[in-house]
Amino acid sequence: MTAPAPLLSVEHLTMRFGGLLAIDDLSLDVAARKITGVIGPNGAGKTTFFNCLTGFYKPTIGSVRLNHPQRGVLRLEALASHQVARSAQVVRTFQNIRLFPQMTVLENLIVAQHNALQHASRFSLAGLLGLPAYRRAEAAAMAKAVGWLERLKLIEKADTPAGALPYGMQRRIEIARALCVDPLLLCLDEPAAGLNPRESAELNELLKHLSRDEGIAILLIEHDMSVVMNVSDHLCVLNYGRKIAEGTPAQIQKDPNVIKAYLGEEDADEMRADELRADEAIDQEAVR
Amino acid sequence: MAALILAHHQTSPAERLKDAAAVAFIALLLGIPMIGLLTVDQGGALRIATRWPALFAFVAACFVGRLVLRYALDQWRARQLARDQADTPAKEVSLATNPLLNWIGWVALGVSVALPIVFAENRYVVDTATTVLIYVMLGWGLNVVVGLAGLLDLGYVAFYAVGAYTYGLLSTQFGWGFWSALPVAGAITASFGVLLGWPTLRLRGDYLAIVTLGFGEIIRIILVNWTELSGGPNGIASIPRPSFFGLPFKPPGDDPTFASFFGLEYATHQRIVFLYYLILVLALLTNLFVSRMRRLPIGRAWEAMREDEIACKAMGINARNVKLSAFAIGAMLGGFAGVFFAARQGFISPESFTFSESAIILAIVVLGGMGSQLGVVLASLVLVLLPELGRDFAEYRMLLFGAAMILIMIWKPGGILSHREPTLRYFANGGRR
Ligand SMILES: Nc1ncnc2c1ncn2[C@@H]1O[C@H](COP(=O)(O)OP(=O)(O)OP(=O)(O)O)[C@@H](O)[C@H]1O
Ligand SMILES: [Mg+2]
Repeated sequence: MTAPAPLLSVEHLTMRFGGLLAIDDLSLDVAARKITGVIGPNGAGKTTFFNCLTGFYKPTIGSVRLNHPQRGVLRLEALASHQVARSAQVVRTFQNIRLFPQMTVLENLIVAQHNALQHASRFSLAGLLGLPAYRRAEAAAMAKAVGWLERLKLIEKADTPAGALPYGMQRRIEIARALCVDPLLLCLDEPAAGLNPRESAELNELLKHLSRDEGIAILLIEHDMSVVMNVSDHLCVLNYGRKIAEGTPAQIQKDPNVIKAYLGEEDADEMRADELRADEAIDQEAVR
Repeated sequence: MAALILAHHQTSPAERLKDAAAVAFIALLLGIPMIGLLTVDQGGALRIATRWPALFAFVAACFVGRLVLRYALDQWRARQLARDQADTPAKEVSLATNPLLNWIGWVALGVSVALPIVFAENRYVVDTATTVLIYVMLGWGLNVVVGLAGLLDLGYVAFYAVGAYTYGLLSTQFGWGFWSALPVAGAITASFGVLLGWPTLRLRGDYLAIVTLGFGEIIRIILVNWTELSGGPNGIASIPRPSFFGLPFKPPGDDPTFASFFGLEYATHQRIVFLYYLILVLALLTNLFVSRMRRLPIGRAWEAMREDEIACKAMGINARNVKLSAFAIGAMLGGFAGVFFAARQGFISPESFTFSESAIILAIVVLGGMGSQLGVVLASLVLVLLPELGRDFAEYRMLLFGAAMILIMIWKPGGILSHREPTLRYFANGGRR
């Protein structure tokens, strides 16, 4: 069985801020319709990686290729941030939530469909005149927004200003808004941060549903291991901008490099010593 | 002024008293120079006379008025709340469409239509009302840039000037009429909006404000110095007045005039009233246009840009186009107002387009409540009428202005009307779709 061509391939990506190497020669493939987790300690360069993918930073070196099913291969590093979302359909959320706080939840989701609507409104002329073609487009946008709001259990809050809602809900709204852009690849930056256990269990289900049933590839930055180990098909671990490990969640959990990066050099040694002692104890018990 | 300010939440009697006392205090502060003190000319020397009883009556009226208004509003709101809760428990009260505001809007419209009929003989009132309407129109135009798109523009008067000079030159040099010059001037000012907006695309907040302020001054200084084009400090005189579908407002002569056509006696106030209705129609069209734009994708993108530019980009919105369209539309509306201004005055010079005009227009938008159409009307009334009423205190005009600004910013940081009406809803008013 040959592996299908990846949706996104990142090659030798390097991002330098003055003397700081935030991303150091990172290469990574992201499969279509799968969830790829990106983990690493604070300051490892995860958010910077997203910023490079989505046109917010121009990488110092390296390329990011997207295999778009209709538009062919797109070089994301050469696109402006709005083109990444519009043409390449790579859509992101933010670590520190960025909603349109005074606008209602529904309006947030309609704004996400701006390009389609603006096209239908013909430079606002058809819109000003209220022509049927524009009305249809608006109704379709509304239906799409309402569909996602219903699925994400946000419909009761449709007419509430987004900024007035609790944190967990705002995270969901940001995901719903990104989904309204019709992403091929959805990049989520710590979507479980600040969620309670029930909410993050719901998030797990949502992410699995999106990748399996909607066919959306997901890149997931997450510190919450209960989420990332549970949902990821593939994991990539960053430390000081370098990729230190890659594999399935089971492989990553056992990887000595990862344990070292997360617990620090000495802690890892201690843990190994603990394990040895435990093993000895078991051995002794077996002897007795 | 105080009676028109609306509160947004339920209040206890103690709160109501405190609130009314605050209003009375503001009334007192504003009232001391405007009502309490009076300059009288006594044998050539100016003396200050006091009118404490009048001031006291004013303050008391404000106190009682506010108390009653607040009470009435609370009662009304409580009833509405009860009705809403009976219908849909999940509905947010703060977002309920505010029929009271609608109602005030209609009353204001009625009053403005009836005004020249009631005050037909009083040229001063109609003239002042015309000035108010010019500022309303400018406020609505700037509201697109500042209130909706969130781009702090301190040089808005530049577009007002470009519109006025475009009409001034087209009419005096090329003999264009008002109606044919209007769209051309709109297009020219819109291009100026794009031209001046372009270099500021990457700027935000204070930096944007300073650069736009600079642009406003540059346009004015060009008008002062480019004498061949603009007439320099002398400006442009004898700009033709607009005609009524080709019928001029003139004493009867060879050609048919407005008066002769309708078989009326010629009188100057016909022109004054006509100008008033003209700006009223222009302002209403502006309002209609802007409120329609707000409900279109471009209008929502303006607001989204104000809320979070980075999030807009992440949604695939081209920030450059959205900002430039806001600059262009705002400039165009300012240009229309400028054309009307030139046609009304018959004479323009750079003096009419100083920074303080920009400041007044911005103050109208900010005080009115960013993005609120009715707020702009209320703020224009306050900011034009306050100095008119306090004419004897012309030197303190700006001081008064500043004081009013600071007080309103403390008291109502969102402006007089900070209520934002959503551009579309899922739940129809009062119930489920
Ligand atoms: N615009 C910037 N200019 C300079 N340094 C930056 C910039 N953005 C990020 N960095 C640096 O790059 C490094 C990686 O930061 P990044 O935000 O990508 O980490 P992260 O993995 O997302 O961490 P966290 O888990 O805390 O979100 C940090 O040392 C950070 O200070
Ligand atoms: Mg981060």
